Amino acid sequence: MINQAIKNLYTATIGIECHVQLKTKSKLFASETNDSRNLDPNTAVGHVSFGMPGALPVLNEKAVELAARAAFALNTIPQKFSKFDRKHYFYPDLPKGYQISQFEEPIILGGYIAIEINGESKRIGITRAHMEEDAGKSTHPEGQDYSLVDLNRAGTPLLEIVSEPEIHSAAEARAFAKALYLQMKYADVSEADLYNGNMRFDVNVSVSKTDTLGTRTETKNLNSFKAVEKAVEYEIARQIEVLESGDDIVQETRGWDDAKQRTFSQRTKEDAHDYRYMPEPDVPPIVITDEYIAEIQSAFPTMPGELRVKLQSIGLQAAQIETLIEEPILSQFAVTLVDEDAVKARTIINWLTGEITKLVIDSKATWKEVISAKAQLLQLATMVAENKLSSTGAKELLADAIAGKNPEEVAKEKNLLQVSDEGEIEKIVSEVLADNEKAANDVKSGEVKAISFLVGQVMAKSKGQANPGLAQQIIKKHLGL
Amino acid sequence: MAKKWAPILELAEDVRSGKVSALEQVKKSLRLIDEHSEFNAVISKIEKRAIERAKEVDAKIQEGADPGRLAGVPFIAKDNFLVFGAETTAASNILKGFDAPYQSTAIEKLESEGAICVAKANLDAFAHGASTENSDFFTTKNPHDNTRVAGGSSGGSAAAVALSLAPFALGTDTGGSIRQPASFCGAVGLKPTYGLVSRSGVVAMASSTDVVGPITNSVDDAALVLDVIAGQDPLDGTTIPRQESYLTPNSTFNLQNTKIGIIKEYFGDGLDPDVRNKIELAIEDLKKAGADVVEVSLPSLALALAVYYIVCPAEVSSNLARYDGQRFGYSFKDSKNLDESYEVSREQGFGNEAKRRIMIGTYVLSSGYYDAYYKKAQTVRTKLTNEFNEIFTKVDFLIGPTAPTTAFKIGENTQDPLAMYLGDIMTVGASMVGVPAISIPCGDVSGLPVGLQIIAPQKQDRELLEIAKWCEEANR
Repeated sequence: MINQAIKNLYTATIGIECHVQLKTKSKLFASETNDSRNLDPNTAVGHVSFGMPGALPVLNEKAVELAARAAFALNTIPQKFSKFDRKHYFYPDLPKGYQISQFEEPIILGGYIAIEINGESKRIGITRAHMEEDAGKSTHPEGQDYSLVDLNRAGTPLLEIVSEPEIHSAAEARAFAKALYLQMKYADVSEADLYNGNMRFDVNVSVSKTDTLGTRTETKNLNSFKAVEKAVEYEIARQIEVLESGDDIVQETRGWDDAKQRTFSQRTKEDAHDYRYMPEPDVPPIVITDEYIAEIQSAFPTMPGELRVKLQSIGLQAAQIETLIEEPILSQFAVTLVDEDAVKARTIINWLTGEITKLVIDSKATWKEVISAKAQLLQLATMVAENKLSSTGAKELLADAIAGKNPEEVAKEKNLLQVSDEGEIEKIVSEVLADNEKAANDVKSGEVKAISFLVGQVMAKSKGQANPGLAQQIIKKHLGL
Repeated sequence: MAKKWAPILELAEDVRSGKVSALEQVKKSLRLIDEHSEFNAVISKIEKRAIERAKEVDAKIQEGADPGRLAGVPFIAKDNFLVFGAETTAASNILKGFDAPYQSTAIEKLESEGAICVAKANLDAFAHGASTENSDFFTTKNPHDNTRVAGGSSGGSAAAVALSLAPFALGTDTGGSIRQPASFCGAVGLKPTYGLVSRSGVVAMASSTDVVGPITNSVDDAALVLDVIAGQDPLDGTTIPRQESYLTPNSTFNLQNTKIGIIKEYFGDGLDPDVRNKIELAIEDLKKAGADVVEVSLPSLALALAVYYIVCPAEVSSNLARYDGQRFGYSFKDSKNLDESYEVSREQGFGNEAKRRIMIGTYVLSSGYYDAYYKKAQTVRTKLTNEFNEIFTKVDFLIGPTAPTTAFKIGENTQDPLAMYLGDIMTVGASMVGVPAISIPCGDVSGLPVGLQIIAPQKQDRELLEIAKWCEEANR
């Protein structure tokens, strides 16, 4: 094992490439469905995706729009002129013998992703992002002398985002991947479903003791933030070990074995393809006007960075904010609550991250219903603020409020309204004190805890409707405290 | 050669009025194809489907429904068009046995107007060539002299029209493949503006210059066919908006205010003196009628052929990558692994010219050579486009021969690919810059037809057809 002191002599340099699947209805250059998750193999395949003679690619304008939106999510604007190229190689899941990609003039150049690491914020530069079509899927059944090809995925629109090599630790790599994921999700350019491979990360890692970069390896196809972090961590350690033992790093493509939590060699530079890039003559260049850019910008949603600042302004804790940020629909809703009233917003946000999440998980409500019940939720929060309802009572009413029922009426029906009429509570308190002389004396003699017992008795006698705060005040008054 | 078919408009009118049935027209065409099979114009007949469609057209007429502008007009498509009812081979072994699962847009448009495809015409495999000698099946013979080539790559289509096997044929032109065989066979061959006719469903050769167009007996017929097939297509992103109509008017074209440029570079040493003589006679006619004829120069034209034979093979090598023996077409069955399947399927499936172009194309696109060849060629191509644009600010049309010679002997150039490529010298310019050009018959030399080429600015196909019609009438 290499000791920490030696490890500290090395600086790791990491660049990340991410393939983001754009959420279009149809493929990048054909009308077949882009969502084949529940389809049999080779059923979402037409002449274009099959590479039929004479079949021509026709650019999906929605994909261009989504890529243009992604530019804003990467803190830049799309290029006004971009074009497609052909990238050639032979493989059975690449039907045309070339992939249509953007090589020379991509739709996005520049931009950055902001990450936070150890409480400090840092910008990771974006080199470029380009549109391309995905290939099909090959499977190689073990022990068989054949392979299977499914072309359903062939032609799916991807945006490949390439970062500058400005990441220097596994934690930063993970933070970058997560931040990029959130930006894509918020910009609504991708379903960003990691489990289904909507975002796949490739990490380029090198280590060096000097200012000169070391030889890098590329570990491909990581589909979780944890895998990104672990793969980078593993590669840094492995490369240092190789160098310390006097060997050289081989420039190569590596894979990630999630079960064994290690990277493994896939192919070395000697096997590298000459892709023979060539301008794609079948697809005219993309020309975007200033008006088009302005239109996208004007409808662009608020990104997580700005939402966090707003949520922090009402004193929410970081962990709770991140819970909201995970789900764009939630954080965007939370921010509209902040605009209404800070106190009520806090109350409702606590429900959102607590009881309401449970309701949603248990399929008793959907987020859509929750959001459309904003008025009812605000009313409920108001009732709590005005002591008309206990917080326990409010929670009992959440499902009804989300279903659109009037909280005041349901509270009445369910006898959950708090009695805040002092006279009425006085009466009950007198009775309770008379019935519980010992406890009353305990309280008087300084055993403060006993007061909760008395409050409990008041609550029981009022069938839960008394305002407990008020009850306590009145008890104290009666006991001369 | 059989008796010439009547003008297409007349044929369709005869069918519509019940004077003759669509079925009779189709059967006549099929019979003529059989009778002239020794010319090898046709690869396959579409008998069953053509007869069914003819009956449909006749039934429509019986019912009083509109059978379309081309009702019952038989036609022949070059075998690189995907058409139902026969194999689509592009005259290559690798596509032998390929049944098209869809039809090209041009075919669909013709069918929707009642035209009926009766056969698939021979070509140089994948349209690589200028004589049909590169067909993997057989060489088409020139109708005027069966020891000579019909030209190419649309040689089967041009010969079919010259032999009157059908009233018209479809061809494709990438560097001259409609115009040159039309010139050799004595037909009218129109290469429209790039993008005016959809390429969807046409086996690609060089995507940036491939154009679909008609080969016909007359300019009027070419105009009518273009009028049916032109226009934007949601299946081809490179298609452009059309002009309102391409039908040539009855009134004669007014040459008084027309400026015509004679391309100096076309009248150099390589031009056969007898061909030159015929072209100059046609130019005299134009002058006499009042046209302002001036000599112009396109200095980069000398490089056009070199540029074409870099750009075209580059695109060919890319477009032919899909013929890998895995999904359709010929596949070597006894391969032990994937690489062998690729290598042997392509080795056995492609002919020499396809292999030659794949190798050149792969070379010029390789890392380290791309800048020196492909990129430089594109730079010259841009320069050539600029020169054409510049010239067209001064003249309305350009005029010259379609080919430097009349049809050459079969086998004359087969051992020398360079000599064969040189035959394209007059036609590649218009292809590289995407402007429309037409070849019309212009007399003959020792019984072999000469073609007059007229070139117009981009998207002025209608104007091109108008002046072509004037020249055609002057020549009669």
